[in-house]
Amino acid sequence: MTDVVLDKAPVNDTPPPPSSTLRQPRLPRWAPLGIGALSAALGSGVGLVAGLESRIQWGLIAALLYVVINYTLATLVEGSRQAKDRLATSVVWVCFLAAVVPLVSLIWETVVRGSKVMGVDFLTHSMNGVITLQEGGGAYHALIGTVEQVAIASIIAAPLGLLTAIYLVEYGGGKLAKAVTFFVDVMTGIPSIVAGLFVLAFWILYLGFDYSGFAGAMALAILMLPIVVRSTEEMLKLVPNELREASLALGVPKWLTILRVVLPTAIGGITTGIMLAIARIAGETAPILLLVFGSPSINNNPMEGAQSSLPYYVYEQWKLGNTASFDRAWAAALLLIIFVMVLNLVARAIASWKAPKSGR
Amino acid sequence: MAKRIDISGLSAYYGSHRAIDDISMSVEPRSVTAFIGPSGCGKSTFLRTLNRMHEVTPGGRVEGKVLLDNEDLYGSGVDPVSVRRTIGMVFQRPNPFPTMSIYDNVAAGLRLNGKYKKSDLDGVVEKSLKGANLWNEVKDRLNKPGSGLSGGQQQRLCIARAIAVEPQVLLMDEPCSALDPISTLAIEDLVGELKSQFTIVIVTHNMQQAARVSDRTAFFNLSAVGQPGKLIEIDDTERIFSNPTVQATEDYISGRFG
Repeated sequence: MTDVVLDKAPVNDTPPPPSSTLRQPRLPRWAPLGIGALSAALGSGVGLVAGLESRIQWGLIAALLYVVINYTLATLVEGSRQAKDRLATSVVWVCFLAAVVPLVSLIWETVVRGSKVMGVDFLTHSMNGVITLQEGGGAYHALIGTVEQVAIASIIAAPLGLLTAIYLVEYGGGKLAKAVTFFVDVMTGIPSIVAGLFVLAFWILYLGFDYSGFAGAMALAILMLPIVVRSTEEMLKLVPNELREASLALGVPKWLTILRVVLPTAIGGITTGIMLAIARIAGETAPILLLVFGSPSINNNPMEGAQSSLPYYVYEQWKLGNTASFDRAWAAALLLIIFVMVLNLVARAIASWKAPKSGR
Repeated sequence: MAKRIDISGLSAYYGSHRAIDDISMSVEPRSVTAFIGPSGCGKSTFLRTLNRMHEVTPGGRVEGKVLLDNEDLYGSGVDPVSVRRTIGMVFQRPNPFPTMSIYDNVAAGLRLNGKYKKSDLDGVVEKSLKGANLWNEVKDRLNKPGSGLSGGQQQRLCIARAIAVEPQVLLMDEPCSALDPISTLAIEDLVGELKSQFTIVIVTHNMQQAARVSDRTAFFNLSAVGQPGKLIEIDDTERIFSNPTVQATEDYISGRFG
């Protein structure tokens, strides 16, 4: 009912005075979209005319044009402050696309090529007795290897890293804590092949154990440890000190405060950190190459004998260099991505389930 | 169950910096003692020395004696954990545990200390929430998270949590500074009721609040920024606000500083 009244422009239908400082000419709302389409067309046009083969070059030209046209138009129409705003916005958009396009194309490529041989057979068979030139065979043995090695590495590294982080945040503060932080930082930078060589030298050459999934898992644990420590440390630091004090003031001992108040508050972030660390080590090839040796047949025992793993399997199949093995390599890569993604989804589910709840 | 506190020659330090200097005073049982004074004069630090929370701060250390019914809190062999079970604390900003429901927040002290019977827990939670004047507002949503309550309700939840472990003394560090006048009134009424059971010490910046709720008032001041805070005088609230002995107290209370 008020609509009728409002239709008759209740505020002001005379145009603002020309000297108004509050109103400035603006580009229409569809301008960014229009300029985007225009620069995409121009980029392709320039690319075609100049005979550039790579679509990446077309894209780069279009991106550059997008930023430049946006800035120029805005300068002409809206003035310099708005132009800077548009410049920043357009650069952010271009960077976003530059980050997302390779990611999407990578996943797309892996899905398209990997789904060719992906299936029940691929998931349930090993490469034992398969002539490598032929189709068939699968990655069951590699999947087993990855799952076991990653699980063992996590069982070693996750509690160790968690306890280290708890020490650093809740108890540390002296020289020891500084030293631990320093060495954790150094460990973050260890290349995976060095971790592999260390375990090779110590476990296999010096102590005389055989190649095994466990040896590989130890190297993976070395790689995983600093990531877990770092992420857990950050998460524990985020827990407000007031909560610790509230608990201590209730007469709760410190260890129980950490266990029942601090850790539950940070558990979402800690889980995410551990899962990211797992995702990181699940794709490692170098230590597996040195320590697990690789095997075409199923070996369920990680404590003895050669195993395989998904990244190693991809490497091995790719090296064989024929169509059938390429297909298998892509399928294993897809399997690895799915493995990591499932872990991530589980982590996110746990994080959102355990995260501190608000709301009434 | 309320106990008296006698403090003698107490100084507190942050590292090498002395925050409060040589304080001696008594806190009477079953009464409300208010601490007033300008910011940075060490009221909160002093309060925190009374249940050994000061030493939780890195570098925090204390000299002097705090006698709880003639037992020195800083004596050798005294466990700070049992001190804190005897002397509860409510903080400036409401800090309910975010991972716990309203029920679990109140039960936290008992549960975490493991000294309870499951059958008693419901009763304790109800009694504490009623004691904190919060029961009627939350009785239908005990299993909802405590962080969903309003600021004033959260603070009363924290009070319920503190009194659920049945301490002898309740320390309150500016419990109303983050609350609106209505929630403040609710908490002041609550303090008035709680003093029949507990010894209460309350730090406040609100002069009227000190005048309204307390039986005795202690005025703290510091001679200059960076100097340690000192106890200027402590007396019955009525006298402090009508006829204080020290000129500085009168200046502070009437708003004339320096």
